[in-house]
Amino acid sequence: MAPVAETRKPTAATDTTDAIDLTATEILGSGTLVPLPKRYEPATDRDEGTVTPIPSDEEIRKSDVDHWGRSEKLRSLVRTVYDPLDRYWFRTDWEGFEHLPVDGGALLVSNHAGAIPSDAPTIMHGIETKLGRPVYGLAEYLFRTLPVVGTLWSRVGGVTANPDNAYRLLHDEGQLVLVFPEGTKGTGKLYSERYQLRRFGRGGFVEIAMRAGVPIVPLAVMGAEESMPILWKSHQLAKLTGLPYVPVTANMLMFGPLGLATYLPAKFRVRVLPPVYFDVEPGQERYSRSRVMAESERIRRLIQDALYDLLRRRKSVWFG
Amino acid sequence: MRVLVTGLSTFWGGKLARELEERDDVEVVVGLDNREPRVPLERTEFVRADTTYSILERIVRATQIDTVLHTHLIVDSTTASGRSVHEINVIGTMNLLAAAGAPGSSVRKVVVKNSGYVYGAHQRDAYFIREEMERSGPPRTNVERSLIEVEAFLRDFAEENPHISVTLFRFANVLGDNLDTPFVQALRLPIVPEIFGFDPRLQFVHEDDVVGALMYATVHDVPGVYNVAGDGVVPWSEVCKIVSKRRVALPPVLTNWAAEPLRVARILNMPPELLDLLRFGRGLDNTRFQRAGFRYRHTTAGAIEAFARGLRLKSAVGEKNPTPYKYEREIEDFFRHSSAVVRSP
Repeated sequence: MAPVAETRKPTAATDTTDAIDLTATEILGSGTLVPLPKRYEPATDRDEGTVTPIPSDEEIRKSDVDHWGRSEKLRSLVRTVYDPLDRYWFRTDWEGFEHLPVDGGALLVSNHAGAIPSDAPTIMHGIETKLGRPVYGLAEYLFRTLPVVGTLWSRVGGVTANPDNAYRLLHDEGQLVLVFPEGTKGTGKLYSERYQLRRFGRGGFVEIAMRAGVPIVPLAVMGAEESMPILWKSHQLAKLTGLPYVPVTANMLMFGPLGLATYLPAKFRVRVLPPVYFDVEPGQERYSRSRVMAESERIRRLIQDALYDLLRRRKSVWFG
Repeated sequence: MRVLVTGLSTFWGGKLARELEERDDVEVVVGLDNREPRVPLERTEFVRADTTYSILERIVRATQIDTVLHTHLIVDSTTASGRSVHEINVIGTMNLLAAAGAPGSSVRKVVVKNSGYVYGAHQRDAYFIREEMERSGPPRTNVERSLIEVEAFLRDFAEENPHISVTLFRFANVLGDNLDTPFVQALRLPIVPEIFGFDPRLQFVHEDDVVGALMYATVHDVPGVYNVAGDGVVPWSEVCKIVSKRRVALPPVLTNWAAEPLRVARILNMPPELLDLLRFGRGLDNTRFQRAGFRYRHTTAGAIEAFARGLRLKSAVGEKNPTPYKYEREIEDFFRHSSAVVRSP
């Protein structure tokens, strides 16, 4: 919680004549004593002395779940489990890691792919282990409605993509926030459409970064598309279940039901692009729609071009 | 100050009247309710009035009340039928405000105790809801609808009466030893219900901070809308751990049906508002009221710990209050108005 400014007005009480408390006086710059109205004190103070005071939050709390629902203990456990996967299965290589800010808020914007996207854990894992800064991942409201999955997702750093959540994380807390503007349009695309970036929503992510006064760091991820490619989608089943898409993946054809949890060992490469700064006044209620859309399109273009460049240099899907 | 309290016989009305009596700058306390007060009071004048407050205009004129504390809003749908929720919340508030804003009225301040239920609990909600935010979905229950209507009345009232300071509080769920809310009832059970797979972030406020907030707005002028909630949020599983209770899971689908046997067996009446909270949780941004100068005595975790201590004491010594207070009109009148009683200046 941010520290609260002391802005109580001395004229606040309704009847100041008999409410003057000499202990509550305030010396102003001019040296005059201005009596403050008697503060409200609860009558329960009468019990003091016989009752042990309530201890601090640290002594009461039984878990380390923070106000976003994230648990650093669970997060570090996940990093330990994911590390061999990242090192020996996906063999993730990072480029331009120096573009990530060592302090202050920044919005990380990336492409999104794979039926159950493996890019989010890879990016979060890489940055948290190498940079030592927590990354909060923004995701669909859908997550909050899923039992077990929703709770676990929240404990390992997931936050719903509510604009106010993003603003609070970026502006008030100066955190790194990861967002996939393509959303489920990106993860739900077929293998034949791989590395073709979808629409970047309505550019809401640009507006949040502008309002919070933080840069956007674009990321291009190669490998997620091939780790769980979608071969076919059922529109009827998606409608019936209320899920964004119900796919048949190559993994399912190979491993059956196990394919839901088995990624193909595609070689991962993540390129961090130089941060994009916006020369606008932060904290405004709204920003020019055309400017927001133009910036959104520019960032989409940057990521798309970086992906094409990565693909041009890739000799093998599996060996990089 | 000359203060009028609605719902004198409710938990909050009684608490507030006792706090007001402690203050020298409060000359007169008048309490309205249709039932008799349940706590002993020194100098509060009790007036039996129905919830439509038809008598209020006369009372205001006769006693020259300057401050109205409206605590009588039903926020727990298990305690009243849909019909009486509407009567008490919507019609009651409408009449109260009509009397307070009547021509020549002496009222200069109205303080209303509303609830965070006006925000609902929804997957699209911000993690920390600020006062100016719209709710994410339409209201789902009678109570929520009526509380939102109350706020609409209040907004109009504040606009039409710029000379009256209007303070509207939205309180997080309250924890207290002697309270009887669905949350408190759930936490008193030997095994506490949860919804399978959900561990929502919840926020509580200590009952002393509720009284403190209402008193703060009575003593100081803080017009506007304020969330009141203890700092921080705590997951439901941890709330149960602090209170040293085990949990039992309700199914995540058809939860409302699964809760029905508990209702029928009168073990626990889980209103839909509680089920929504056990699924999605709720966090309120409590900084605006702090910027207005209020200091909380308890955080969310502190409120839970205080409640847990009360529970442990009760489980050891039983209910502390074996003979409840009984209101006797003649006795109260004697002490207040008889010439035989010596009053210290």
